[in-house]
Amino acid sequence: MVAHATRIEPSAVSGMAISISGVSHAFSLEGGTLPVLKDVNLEVEAGSFVAILGPSGCGKSTLLRLIAGLDQPRAGEILADGEPITGPDPSRVVVFQDPTLYPWRTVERNVALGLEARGLLKTRRDRIGAALRLVGLQEFASAYPHQLSGGMAQRAALARALVNDPRLLILDEPLGKLDHLTRLTMQSEIVSLWRNAGFTSLMVTHDVEEALLMAERVVVMSPRPATIVEIIDVDLPYPRHRADPKLAELRHRALELLGLGAEL
Amino acid sequence: MTVAINDSASGEAPFGALARTRASRPSIRWAAIIPPAAWAALAAITAYWPQAQDWPRTNELVGIAAAIAVVLVVSAVLNGHLGAFGVRLRHWEPWFTALAVLATVWELVTAKLELLPTPFFMPPQAILEVYLEEGDKLLECIAYSALLLAKGVVIGASVGFVLGVALGWSPRVSYWGHPILRVIGPLPATAWLPFAFFVFPTSSSASVFLIALAAGIPVTILTWSGISSVSSAYYDIARTLGASKSFLVLKVAIPAAMPHVFVGLFMGLAASFAVLVVAEMMGVKAGLGWYLQWAQGWGAYANMYAALFVLALVCASLVALLFKVRDHLLAWQKGLLRW
Repeated sequence: MVAHATRIEPSAVSGMAISISGVSHAFSLEGGTLPVLKDVNLEVEAGSFVAILGPSGCGKSTLLRLIAGLDQPRAGEILADGEPITGPDPSRVVVFQDPTLYPWRTVERNVALGLEARGLLKTRRDRIGAALRLVGLQEFASAYPHQLSGGMAQRAALARALVNDPRLLILDEPLGKLDHLTRLTMQSEIVSLWRNAGFTSLMVTHDVEEALLMAERVVVMSPRPATIVEIIDVDLPYPRHRADPKLAELRHRALELLGLGAEL
Repeated sequence: MTVAINDSASGEAPFGALARTRASRPSIRWAAIIPPAAWAALAAITAYWPQAQDWPRTNELVGIAAAIAVVLVVSAVLNGHLGAFGVRLRHWEPWFTALAVLATVWELVTAKLELLPTPFFMPPQAILEVYLEEGDKLLECIAYSALLLAKGVVIGASVGFVLGVALGWSPRVSYWGHPILRVIGPLPATAWLPFAFFVFPTSSSASVFLIALAAGIPVTILTWSGISSVSSAYYDIARTLGASKSFLVLKVAIPAAMPHVFVGLFMGLAASFAVLVVAEMMGVKAGLGWYLQWAQGWGAYANMYAALFVLALVCASLVALLFKVRDHLLAWQKGLLRW
């Protein structure tokens, strides 16, 4: 469990603003190209929580890889605080659907990865323990990944991201492979981490309820090649309740936009 | 409270007290008598059964068998106080018995009953004689072989590892290296023997080259395949966290490939044994391979068997050592794989 009362120390970081303008992307395949993204335009305000919702395989994750700097778009421009993104940067950290912990490292040394890669291990070692406490894994610091449950592994991956004090947390279906109950718990944990820390959150999901429950704005995308269909503002205060009738209304609207509005 | 009679009683204790009684009762297990009895029988048969031919070192054999019997009796009596060592000892009890029985049968069919033709088959005391008389020479041979093997394997494994990492990491190295390795790889290292002994100044440097080749090729291939099969997700993670290229190689690719590297090391070590023996038989005038050849040439069959046994022990110990290193370095795999 995340300690809800703990504020992220020492002080909250400032969120990063992302500006996506005219971004198109395609994959090269044998005998042609497969267009994935078509003219995507989106402004993500600093410190906000934006969810990207779309049918499976529409290119949501590709958009996140572009924002992370792992790939370059074929056309258009992505700016981070007004600067074009040219490559990966520890201020923009990704949590993938698979926790992808290194099996040869203990949980603690997995969390230390970012600090070690940037040569900050000596000066900021205390951050590792803080991040582990934040996700409730302090007692598993010396465990190996294969000893963790799916939810614990994903928490470790979250700690590995948070230890770098990211200004943008990119969540690529982070809860997609977890069992239902763990999923519900971690939804509220991630929201409270975001509310305490002040980073910008950008999350891809294909779960309508999850998007509406967690995010301030939900970007609904079309099937491939993906374009933005509509942006739903979820104007509800946190903590939110699953049974809120307003959420049910928005859920209906989102499903309609995804072409699933018809009654069974 | 009744005393537990049956030694195998384990889960039947109705109260905790029974377990305590079991631990404190004088622990004479009748099964523990069998191994020392078997060794005592070997000593008695060797000493008192008349033999047609007078084999030297018969008394020493009797002494050793008797000593083993005494040690086994003492350890059987003390077994409860020996802790983990006692448990290990009990585990190997059937083997102690089997070895004594085997030695007794061997002694009977050779020295006592003379059922087997003598120059090729000799009793255990003849092997013992080799160790007692030629021990220094055998130790020298072990040292020589070990040094040669160590040089070759260390050079071969290091070069193979670096080459494998380069092949797995760099497309350009792979472009040039792949065809070469495909041609050279399947060639047995011993096929290079005439070439090596011709090109290298000394037979020992030629042997180092051959052993390095034999050990290096499997290490190269397995390291290469290990590096190139590392999941790209591992690299993505490290890159988003600000990893440099050298970090990706040293801290991501190499640790992820280590299980493959060890498979290569095991294959390379096995191949290097074969080449070591052949190289010593063909060119080098020292080492266990040479000793085997020499003993066979002189018809000293006891020496041959003695050297063969030593060679087996040396190879088995090296493999066991590599297993220990692997278990230590790849402890993280324990939960993932069954060995």
